[in-house]
Amino acid sequence: MASTKHTLVALVEDKPGVLNQVASLFRRRGFNIESIAVGHTELPKISRMTIVVDEATTAVDQVAKQLYKVVEVVKVSDITHDNIVARELALIKVKATPTTRSEIIQIVDIFRADIVDVAPDSLVVQVTGDEDKIDSLYNLLRGFGIKELARTGRIAMTRGTAGALVAARRPEKARHRRPSGPRKGEAEISNV
Amino acid sequence: MKMTGAQIVCESLVKEGVEVIFGYPGGAVLPLYDALPQYPQLRHILVRHEQGAAHAADGYARATGRAGVCLATSGPGATNLVTGIATAHLDSSPVIAITGQVARPFIGKDAFQEVDITGITVPITKHNYLVHDAAELAGVIKEAFYLATSGRPGPVLIDIPRDVFIEETNFQYPDKLSLPGYKPTLVGHPTQIKKAVKLISEAARPVIITGRGVIISGAYAELKELAEKAQIPVITTLLGIGCFPESHVLSFGMLGMHGMAFANMAVDAADLIIALGMRFDDRATAKVSAFAPRSRVIHIDIDPAEIGKNVRVDVPIVGDVRRVLQALNKQLAPQTRIDWIRQVEQWRQEHPSTAIRESDAILPQYVMSKICEATGGDVIVVTGVGQNQMWAAQHFCYNKPNSLISSGGLGTMGFGLPAAMGAKVGCPG
Repeated sequence: MASTKHTLVALVEDKPGVLNQVASLFRRRGFNIESIAVGHTELPKISRMTIVVDEATTAVDQVAKQLYKVVEVVKVSDITHDNIVARELALIKVKATPTTRSEIIQIVDIFRADIVDVAPDSLVVQVTGDEDKIDSLYNLLRGFGIKELARTGRIAMTRGTAGALVAARRPEKARHRRPSGPRKGEAEISNV
Repeated sequence: MKMTGAQIVCESLVKEGVEVIFGYPGGAVLPLYDALPQYPQLRHILVRHEQGAAHAADGYARATGRAGVCLATSGPGATNLVTGIATAHLDSSPVIAITGQVARPFIGKDAFQEVDITGITVPITKHNYLVHDAAELAGVIKEAFYLATSGRPGPVLIDIPRDVFIEETNFQYPDKLSLPGYKPTLVGHPTQIKKAVKLISEAARPVIITGRGVIISGAYAELKELAEKAQIPVITTLLGIGCFPESHVLSFGMLGMHGMAFANMAVDAADLIIALGMRFDDRATAKVSAFAPRSRVIHIDIDPAEIGKNVRVDVPIVGDVRRVLQALNKQLAPQTRIDWIRQVEQWRQEHPSTAIRESDAILPQYVMSKICEATGGDVIVVTGVGQNQMWAAQHFCYNKPNSLISSGGLGTMGFGLPAAMGAKVGCPG
């Protein structure tokens, strides 16, 4: 299945207003965000944004270049075609009666998800995995009645020793691994 | 040495070489106005409306190449700057806008004359700051001037709460900046330059299209060398006017919606476009899919995001136009393209777009051409927006570098008069 979704990792200075700058940029350029997740990193004063954009609706190359124009953005890497671990976490509050509870628990077990709260008429399920896995579990649980759903959006990391800062320094190599090959006019553009 | 925030602002402006501030006072910036008389080297020019201050600072910046400074109070004072800041942003002009803000305890409380000007100006500034502490002021001002004037220039806004102007702290102007996310690429990639040289050598009908980037980087001599060495017609955008002498045999006017027919014909027939410091604006290209359909494109620009944004590019080169052209000219062998130049020249003879019709009345076009004759072109022309702007672009022979100042990107009417005053202050002649 060829997904058109791209995973971008942006390392940004942890200053007030940076998220607003990035959000404002996406809004005014008409870029569509599938998900964005922000948090601290191993580096002091540096935050990490994992941004998922769909190539079908948004020019991914422009996203990276426009992100670089935000002064606080230190590095942007498109890690879509790298060897990565990508995860999302979801909390699903599902209706549960004494008769349906055990069936729900069975499904949750199959997905290696966890029950993190039990109430007389509901369960909270915590699941981590890629979007497809979460979608599948959600669809299965929907029959029981969903009371609430919260998803974090994707976070991702390259496998092996290379960190995001290192990965960002070799954008040309990353481009050559792109299955469709470099698009015309894109080669060797880099702000690094 | 202990100083108030207001004194620190003035000291820092002096350190940055500022000579003039275009401003309008108000409650939140009064502490700064109180400190100004201690700094007679900072000339304050009182405007009648903040928008004029921003345009004047813009005109000053475009005429001198140095940052222009404007000053306004919080709330309505700040919002009145917005049109001027956006004008500077669209045309990459280094304007520093200093605004007063309500005192820190009142921020976020919808206080009197409070407005979130840093929020408002995110999309129309290169960067902006809300200063929370007088100790940050010197560093912020140094960064602001560096950001405004380096790389692709642009406006930077500094919002300073009233009580920060009054707060006392030690003043020391920093020597170093910490901007880990800001490293403009100046030198072009050697492989790309090699590819560009090859394309130019192979081209039969190349044209150079120049924008304001050539003027900003001061690549006048390098552009002339490229055009003459490879015998390539030079066509400019509106804001590119003044980067190449228009009386030069290789100068073929302005392209686009209001450009010359022969310039557009040359671009349409070209097999290679060498785009220098320009961004393929829709006024220049019209329908992108039909723009120069037979042409390959070399795009040289300091802003990587401009490359591939509007048109497909064959050889992108990110870098300062001047530095890139220096490297490119070195590798380029002299070439002759007599037939191509003759062809474009023939189009110019057949379609002289700048002919002025006969009339009993005094036509503005005629006035422009007479001003050109009377002054010998040794002036800076500043325009408003509309037909007057196009006549000024078409009926004046711009031979002097950087001699046309005009609001291109935003097309701001009301720009002309204050920008002309700013330009005059910067270049008293």
